[in-house]
Amino acid sequence: MAFAAPKETYSGKVYEVAFGTENAVKFGGENVLPFHSFEGNVPNRPVIAYEIQDIVPDDWPETVKKVYEGVSGDPVKWAQYCQNELKAKAIALRLVGTHPDRGNRSPEDATKTVKDVLAAINIPLIILGSNHVEKDSAVLVAVSEAAKGKNCIIGKAQEANYKTIAAAAMANNHKLIAMSELDINLSKQLNILLTQMGFDKEKLITDPMCSALGYGIEYTYSVMERIRLAALTQNDVTMQPPMLGDVGMYVWKVKETMAPESDLPQWGPVKERGIAWETTTAGALLIAGAELLIMRHPDAVKAVEKFIDELM
Amino acid sequence: MALSGVEIFKLLPKTNCKKCGHPTCLAFAMKLAQRQATLDSCPDVSEEAKKILGEASAPPIRPITLGTGDKAVKMGEETVLFRHEKKFVNPCAFAVEVKDTMPEGDIARVADDVLSSEMDRVGQKLRIDAIFVNNASGDAGTFEAAVKAITAKAPSVALILGTSNPAAAEAALKIVGDKKPILYGADASNADAMAGLAKSYKVTLGVTAKGLDALTDLTEKVKGLGVEDMVIDSGARAAKEIIEHNTFIRRGAIKKNIKSVGYPVITFAQRDDKMLELLMGVLGVTKYSSIVVMGSVEKWKSLALFALRQNIYTDPQVPMQVEQKIYKLGEPKPESPLLITTNFSLTYFIVSGEAENSKVPCRLAVMDCEGLSVLTGWAAGKFTASKIAQFIQESGVEKEISHKELIIPGYVAILSGAIEEKLPGWKVTVGPREANGLPAFLKSRAS
Repeated sequence: MAFAAPKETYSGKVYEVAFGTENAVKFGGENVLPFHSFEGNVPNRPVIAYEIQDIVPDDWPETVKKVYEGVSGDPVKWAQYCQNELKAKAIALRLVGTHPDRGNRSPEDATKTVKDVLAAINIPLIILGSNHVEKDSAVLVAVSEAAKGKNCIIGKAQEANYKTIAAAAMANNHKLIAMSELDINLSKQLNILLTQMGFDKEKLITDPMCSALGYGIEYTYSVMERIRLAALTQNDVTMQPPMLGDVGMYVWKVKETMAPESDLPQWGPVKERGIAWETTTAGALLIAGAELLIMRHPDAVKAVEKFIDELM
Repeated sequence: MALSGVEIFKLLPKTNCKKCGHPTCLAFAMKLAQRQATLDSCPDVSEEAKKILGEASAPPIRPITLGTGDKAVKMGEETVLFRHEKKFVNPCAFAVEVKDTMPEGDIARVADDVLSSEMDRVGQKLRIDAIFVNNASGDAGTFEAAVKAITAKAPSVALILGTSNPAAAEAALKIVGDKKPILYGADASNADAMAGLAKSYKVTLGVTAKGLDALTDLTEKVKGLGVEDMVIDSGARAAKEIIEHNTFIRRGAIKKNIKSVGYPVITFAQRDDKMLELLMGVLGVTKYSSIVVMGSVEKWKSLALFALRQNIYTDPQVPMQVEQKIYKLGEPKPESPLLITTNFSLTYFIVSGEAENSKVPCRLAVMDCEGLSVLTGWAAGKFTASKIAQFIQESGVEKEISHKELIIPGYVAILSGAIEEKLPGWKVTVGPREANGLPAFLKSRAS
């Protein structure tokens, strides 16, 4: 007897977002749950952006710091290394150095860094603040303007600072990451506030906040699943932007990515363990619905790209 | 199909005798429909009703046990597709493959790897649960020797006997048939003989077919031969196929009550690239596999998979908690700072992680607030000045430290005065609101 495959049809669809100019990349656009191409369309593969930052990554664990040893002192060289040697499809530049506790670089400094990096690469760029709500308002407004015409993704707009950042992204024709803290309702509310001020909902990317494997990933995982189900089964347009997993930053600070094997022999070698932590976190969030990932270690990126090859 | 409360009610004696512990038969029927009660609580139910209700109330995915003793693994019995709806029930088992063509030394080494794979994570003991013995040689004697070698080395580890040769299967079952192994390898060509063995040795049968049509034909055939306990393999090997088949199987069993796919799924995840193998494990854990077979054991890979399985299978309605006590971060001296927070596991992980990142040794007092975070614990009246004072006094931390200063989370700055009142002689310092402010805060105090 034939098995009657219980296929689902969905009423909603995830918006497709493109960013960059000459080598623009697209993600989102599917009308089914993640990798469910057996019952609908999955036109684009998820995109992984390599994370770089404006200051030397002193606080990154050895495993991932070592990879960028020769280039991480200069964001331009670092970006070129990712593009030319690692074959990155996109880069995420985090302006950590603008944080009041991390050097307090000015919006003008940040603008220069962004312009220099943009001039040195031909792949799309994500520009991230330092996650300091007041400072990000000033910095992200300045860099949005500096990157005008480059169709970047700017982030992150949060409840406390979305107005200025969204206005700047809108005026300079960028895409925008809207971040809220691990709650589907907060996420929906922020998207509504943004669209009410005139921001095009088709230019948004939802960041429901990442958490690392072993450190609350199940919260991110379930919020993502719920957002995606609301988008597809209830055709909730406020939940239809594609989603971001900001993986590297959350992973490369947990104990498992840095504790030496000599302290914890049962955990195995620290290098593979750290890469595995980023790989697993990224893989699980892809299954939950992330279409855009920001990652750090090239070996983790390579493994996740292979996984996507098998899933598509 | 699952019956509604009213449909079940019609089959009950309708005497409202209360012997089941419910006020009325209707109330009992409603509980049965929600699977919160079982029919054996009713002493007067008719045989006919038992039969109908028994079939309807059987879990949509059959429960299966692999192995014996305290390391036995339960699988199946799942009730939902998404973990936010309800807790996933039985965490999947991880198995590692051993080919009987491998040199004896290699077989022993894998058995050793499995034995030493156990580790403790957030109070749970986790391990590689089973060895999948692959009869790659096709030969009964070679298979038997491999099974013997493994059981000699690791007698407590559960086995999945992978063979399509009934003679090899029987040779292995003679050795380990009483240890609740799974006999994997029944297909359309050998189903009769394999089902016969499963029946006579009372073991679970793993059936394998190419595609879901062939698989349902096979499970129906095997069931017709009298074998109820099965695990199923649809032949999916690539990730794309695994997510498709596993989704259809889970949906079919739970939403459509298709009995022929209502069994735990075994997934083969072996890859030469071990990072990719890890990701295949991720797919199995998240997307409905009950057994994931891997090609090798690496400690780093096991740790990542154990953590993910633990995370995905937690109850989304019950916050994970850590034990109330004074945790030492680094090697604190009597003069090192003392911080306090609540026992929601995420709060603990984030606060202790950031405090460790500061490299400033300190003590972290973790107070039982029933798994609530700082703000919710405060709002719920569990993280209050008097309870904090009581906890600090009873913890005995005063004997370990040379100061009387307590650092509280910035979000509950409002409590500082009240705590000082309840803890005479103590100074309360307001720390940062978010844990990510801790490294800067602790470093600036230390310098």
